[in-house]
Amino acid sequence: MTGPDTAAAIAADVRAGRRSAREVLDAHLARITRRDPELHAFNLVTVDEARRQAAAVDAIVAAGGDPGPLAGVPVALKDNLCTRGIPTTCSSAILRGWRPPYDATVVERLRAAGAVTVGKTNLDEFAMGSSTENSAFGPTRHPMDPTRVPGGSSGGSAVAVAAGFAPLALGSDTGGSIRQPAALCGVVGVKPTYGAVSRYGLVAFGSSLDQIGPFAGTVADAAMALEVMGGHDPKDSTSLPHSALSLSAVLDQGVAGLRVGIIDEMRTGIDPDVWARVEAAAEALTHAGATVGTVSVPAVTYGLTAYYIVAPAEASSNLARYDGVRYGLRVDASDTATMNARTRAAGFGPEVTRRIMLGTYALSAGYYDAYYGKALKLRRLMAQEFAAAYERFDALLSPTSPTVAFPFGAKTENPLAMYLSDVCTIPSNLVGHPAMSVPFGTGAHGLPVGVQLLGPGLSEPVLFRAARVLEEAKA
Amino acid sequence: MTTDVWDTWELVVGLEVHAELATRTKIFCSCPNRFGDEPNTNVCPTCLGLPGSLPVLNRQAVELAIRLGTALHCTVAGSIFHRKNYFYPDMPKDYQVSQYDQPIDSGGWLELPSGFRVGITRAHLEEDTGKSVHVGESGRIHGAEESLVDYNRAGVPLLEIVSEPDIRTPEQARAYVTELRAILVATGVSDAKMEEGSMRVDANVSVRRRGTERFGTRCEIKNLNSVRSLGRAIDYEARRQIVMIEAGESIRQETRHWDESDGRTHTLRVKEDADDYRYFPEPDLVPVVPDDAWLERVASAMPLLPSERRARLAEAFGVAPSAEAVALLVERAQDDHALAALAAGGDAVRVLVHEEHNLVVDGVVQHVAPGRLAELTVLEVGGKLTATQAKAVLADLAAAGGDADPAALAAAKGFEAMDTSAVVAAVDAAIAEDPDAWAKFLAGNDKAAGALVGRIMKSTKGKADGKAINAELAARRTATA
Repeated sequence: MTGPDTAAAIAADVRAGRRSAREVLDAHLARITRRDPELHAFNLVTVDEARRQAAAVDAIVAAGGDPGPLAGVPVALKDNLCTRGIPTTCSSAILRGWRPPYDATVVERLRAAGAVTVGKTNLDEFAMGSSTENSAFGPTRHPMDPTRVPGGSSGGSAVAVAAGFAPLALGSDTGGSIRQPAALCGVVGVKPTYGAVSRYGLVAFGSSLDQIGPFAGTVADAAMALEVMGGHDPKDSTSLPHSALSLSAVLDQGVAGLRVGIIDEMRTGIDPDVWARVEAAAEALTHAGATVGTVSVPAVTYGLTAYYIVAPAEASSNLARYDGVRYGLRVDASDTATMNARTRAAGFGPEVTRRIMLGTYALSAGYYDAYYGKALKLRRLMAQEFAAAYERFDALLSPTSPTVAFPFGAKTENPLAMYLSDVCTIPSNLVGHPAMSVPFGTGAHGLPVGVQLLGPGLSEPVLFRAARVLEEAKA
Repeated sequence: MTTDVWDTWELVVGLEVHAELATRTKIFCSCPNRFGDEPNTNVCPTCLGLPGSLPVLNRQAVELAIRLGTALHCTVAGSIFHRKNYFYPDMPKDYQVSQYDQPIDSGGWLELPSGFRVGITRAHLEEDTGKSVHVGESGRIHGAEESLVDYNRAGVPLLEIVSEPDIRTPEQARAYVTELRAILVATGVSDAKMEEGSMRVDANVSVRRRGTERFGTRCEIKNLNSVRSLGRAIDYEARRQIVMIEAGESIRQETRHWDESDGRTHTLRVKEDADDYRYFPEPDLVPVVPDDAWLERVASAMPLLPSERRARLAEAFGVAPSAEAVALLVERAQDDHALAALAAGGDAVRVLVHEEHNLVVDGVVQHVAPGRLAELTVLEVGGKLTATQAKAVLADLAAAGGDADPAALAAAKGFEAMDTSAVVAAVDAAIAEDPDAWAKFLAGNDKAAGALVGRIMKSTKGKADGKAINAELAARRTATA
């Protein structure tokens, strides 16, 4: 095998009968067996289930059929995506042992496209965190420097792709949980337009912000995954009525004439080694024919503030159901209220507890207008400012994360420092726009740096074209 | 306490009615909306609130809400859902998806048969909870050995219909609930069975001194399982409040539980314990914005409402819409039958009498063809049959399958109207047999006539017309005086 084993190469080989899905799976399982005990990207590797799926793909090929665009491609799933009969934990003690009776829509669609799901990846508990240190099952390690974090919350999925455990992985992004770990691990990560991918089967954190998206080694692989996952789903009321966006076909159209704006407010607080890569990306885009300028979106400076009202508020409600009554952990007591309280105290980690308290407070009688109501106003203001920016620019450029991967424990004592990891990614979630992180060289300690491309709703085709240009420029 | 309290005190009641909608499936998933199935058989990830599940609004539930809003003269507008957060084991997500500050129906009214209008504040859509079953001796949560939850009801669509505090008597409260139930059934919005819990009523009760404007502190009464309990509970609660205020105590705002067995209300929880529901817009749903075409479609397909049926009946029969017979016939869905009998040439007064009394009491209304009822009343007003005879013929008519010639049936029974001379002779005979009764009647005791009428009916085997006898007796007394 020469070159990176991409999803595109695997699917082409499997569909043509040059490689079997079984063979592909075994190669990836071997890598997992060799290295995952150290990295802990997976909470669970579903070997038997993956073998069954691979065998089914091979049987279709043997019968002269086409298993689909992701034929035989191993895919890792963040462990907050429901998988029928397979434990789905959200890396929380409160859900330990719970087996959903249904598959998330994205999981169904991947399988229907011939993908082979290999396991469930580690995350910050309920996707709350930026380092994957908040997992009830222990942290995930950075594949290039195991003393450092991979970012989070989808750290396991980022590492699965970066370490070659699977060419594709799915994550969820509420405030940067796909893009930030993608940047830190040197892979492509996409947060699609809100509603472009069904949330059905994604265990909710902040429902108005959550989106599922892909991690991939290449821009083309991310495009393939998104084409399979996306499109309207009648099971999700917030799902957009569109069919999946066509991305692969436009990937190589280049950026000639494209207007790209560097977000002025996302310069502050960024490490110089990271900023240097943003400037390099701007040069690369200019070189490819884009016009690069600077744009001010002042409201993004309130992003963290608004986010840490809205996301915890929604989370406090979404996580109420873990009460010990129906599934997951139960700590018995003589009355229901005490049972609820003891179960939740025992089942949730400190960061989840902190956010539930924050959110509960923000929604309390007498505080709603001051907090939640104001945060909603900020979201509207931010949307207006972005809309104005997109009158002058087709896409915007920023760093993904202010820093490269940081050492374990560096920010665990100071939640606010940890929250700042997402300062550049949060605004896209607040306005529901797409954004993606593309690896663009390295910074301090030779660690990867990702740059972020942002665009208005449903502008993924534009972002993917720019991402492809950056990918080529780097090579 | 005497009933005179109402001379100085005024009752103020507002009602909250929860009606389960008669949809095929639940409000946010495709599970069947069906009462009485094996526990936890009509459930899925969404109505069980499993992690990752999402709600999708049932279009039929919205349609029914629009229908009720139209029937109650509400403004039907774009609306959104909120989450009402509180912990309860029979609520799968530990929040209820409900409408808060933007309900689908607002600002309407409901007209009682008496003509009194009760304002409708709002009617909003929400999901029902599951049902807890406490296993143990008492059947209540205290002392239960274990509790089980049935989630079949979780996610059943509800409309919460909130009235203005316009109701002033227990009778009005009963009439409101009866009328609302009739509207819910007529529009197909709900089967509205209080005994099965598909219609649940809470009453907000307060009192104030007559002539004052300010409302008193109210108490919310729950566990009202029938229209009768509603009336009793309101009456009890109002008197309880009056006694307290007159004793110099103040009313505490609280939720009270009506106990049917002891006929009292008891404190369930006081206001201070009330949850802070932390309402916020439900991010998993999008706004409901029914377009004008939909609203017009619903409006044009509305069935006749009970008030409209009462008006139609009253006009046809030339009586007041508030007449008891009118309300009764519409309530029992006999109005179409009565109108058909009238249209077939029946006598308005006699048709109404038979519909209200004879047919209803004997339960034979469905068995008599309206045309035959019309013929019967023609015989009556033509002096061919007395009211008593007509009733007997009606029973035979029903027994014969409802479609036989009333004249033939009357003949078969040997009924023939008595002529005036026969009545005079019968009256003479009765006076002769019971001179005491006659004397009393002459002295002004009207009740004494009953004994004489009874004798005459007996001697004529019911052929005599009661009215004719009374007229004859009265004429003789006048002549004697």
